[in-house]
Amino acid sequence: MGTLIQAEHITHSFGDKIVLEDISFSVEQGEVIGLLGPSGAGKTTLVNILTGQLEASGGDVRILGDGGNGSREPGARGKNLVTGVMMDSFGLYERLSVWDNLRIFADIYRAPVSRIEKLLDRTQLRPARNKTVSKLSKGMRGRVNLCRALLKEADILYLDEPTSGLDPSTIWKIHQLIGEEKQSGTTVFLTTHNMHEAQALCDRILLLHEGKIVESGAPEDICTRHDSRREIEVTLRDGERHRIPNARESEGVLSGWIREEKLRSIHSSEPDLEKVFLDITGRRLSD
Amino acid sequence: MRNIVTIFRKQLKETLRNKEVLIQFLMFPLLAVFMTQSIRIEGMPPNFFVQLFATMYVGMAPLVSMEAILSEEKEKNTLRVLLMADVTPWHYLAGVGGYVFLFCMLGAGVFCLLGGYGTGQSLQFLTILGAGILVSMLLGAAIGAGSSSQMAANSVGVPVMLLFSFLPMLSVFNTTVARVAKFTYTEQIRLLLVSLGEGAGAGIREGVLVIGGNLLLFGSLFGWQYRRCLGGNKWLPQKG
Repeated sequence: MGTLIQAEHITHSFGDKIVLEDISFSVEQGEVIGLLGPSGAGKTTLVNILTGQLEASGGDVRILGDGGNGSREPGARGKNLVTGVMMDSFGLYERLSVWDNLRIFADIYRAPVSRIEKLLDRTQLRPARNKTVSKLSKGMRGRVNLCRALLKEADILYLDEPTSGLDPSTIWKIHQLIGEEKQSGTTVFLTTHNMHEAQALCDRILLLHEGKIVESGAPEDICTRHDSRREIEVTLRDGERHRIPNARESEGVLSGWIREEKLRSIHSSEPDLEKVFLDITGRRLSD
Repeated sequence: MRNIVTIFRKQLKETLRNKEVLIQFLMFPLLAVFMTQSIRIEGMPPNFFVQLFATMYVGMAPLVSMEAILSEEKEKNTLRVLLMADVTPWHYLAGVGGYVFLFCMLGAGVFCLLGGYGTGQSLQFLTILGAGILVSMLLGAAIGAGSSSQMAANSVGVPVMLLFSFLPMLSVFNTTVARVAKFTYTEQIRLLLVSLGEGAGAGIREGVLVIGGNLLLFGSLFGWQYRRCLGGNKWLPQKG
């Protein structure tokens, strides 16, 4: 395991509007890192810069495996690293079938046809294999888009809002796939405004607000850091509710309830990422 | 080369399902077949409809096809995905351009058969139309590359297409129009086809000069639009 992406002091502006300001972070090999922020926070701009689609106004992005000193020229691809990108817009050929869409890119990537077959099974798209893309639901298009990104057997996978606007069942399938990619050692860079997604999938999270990283770390660590109450909420079988300190002093009371089988539920008072974001920025992630 | 072939195959599949582009390839050859077979007017020059519709075809089909394909790919982000997948702009243009040229030459072949030319004349006929198709493709590519959407491309492409397609027909009936039209490649193609039909060989020098001039002009226009809109990373999102 080593650092795969090193971003230092990235800034970017469109005209007078600064969209990214002094962004620095690193991504370790094999981890799933989530860029979490509301719409307009600068997530897509940052992905566009990392994938070489956009030249940052300032700062530097180093991709391990680029060769030389690792500095990335705008638009250049890593020489030794394979990158898969799933963009926010689908960019599929609507008049062509699912198969034809994937075949075009398999040919470009020199991927064997068996890879398409495998991905169709993994994404459960086989029944729609010969369907025209224009006739697919948004969820299915999302899966075709993901299939296309996975055709390459990438070292780094950039997924820009992969589940935005999709139904729960499709979201679940896509989460499964991302998990499988992680298992196989792929580094995943995920942007999302869905805190549940970030919490479920990511090893580390960067919270982005108005072009700045306002918090970073493992989701549980972030939540624990922002747990000012440090309490446990306990509900007993008779409906009685108690709040006790999340500390050693509560051990006796808690074990007593457990012994007497009085306990119905127990929750720690840690805020979720949505609450953390709200505390830091005064804005909701879903805004 | 592999990427060019892939783009070519992709375009073939796409066009077969794209009525708007497909109709451009088929309309004029079919019209010419229909008119030639059904209308006989005394005193009408031989192959009148073949020459007229072949000229209009050259002014319309390649221009509209290139413009429509490029602007649609830009608008729907498919071009962006292709270019991110290590397809260079030149691979893409060679694949799409090669496809449009080949398809248009098939149409030219239909006109050639309809004209009943001998072997030598057929080669000349196809060379003349091929040159015209190339000029039209450059003009269509310039419009398509410079437009952000299909609607924007059509708003420029349709008047330009009508101008170059109908000027040769209007110049048959109006000498003032003919004086202006002779500087356009489509009118020179019509004149070369008429000359070929008469076996006269007149006006070849002027035709080559004007078509060559148009080729240079629209080639430069395309080069400028390419650098402005497709070269470097200009095809990439410049905002948001």
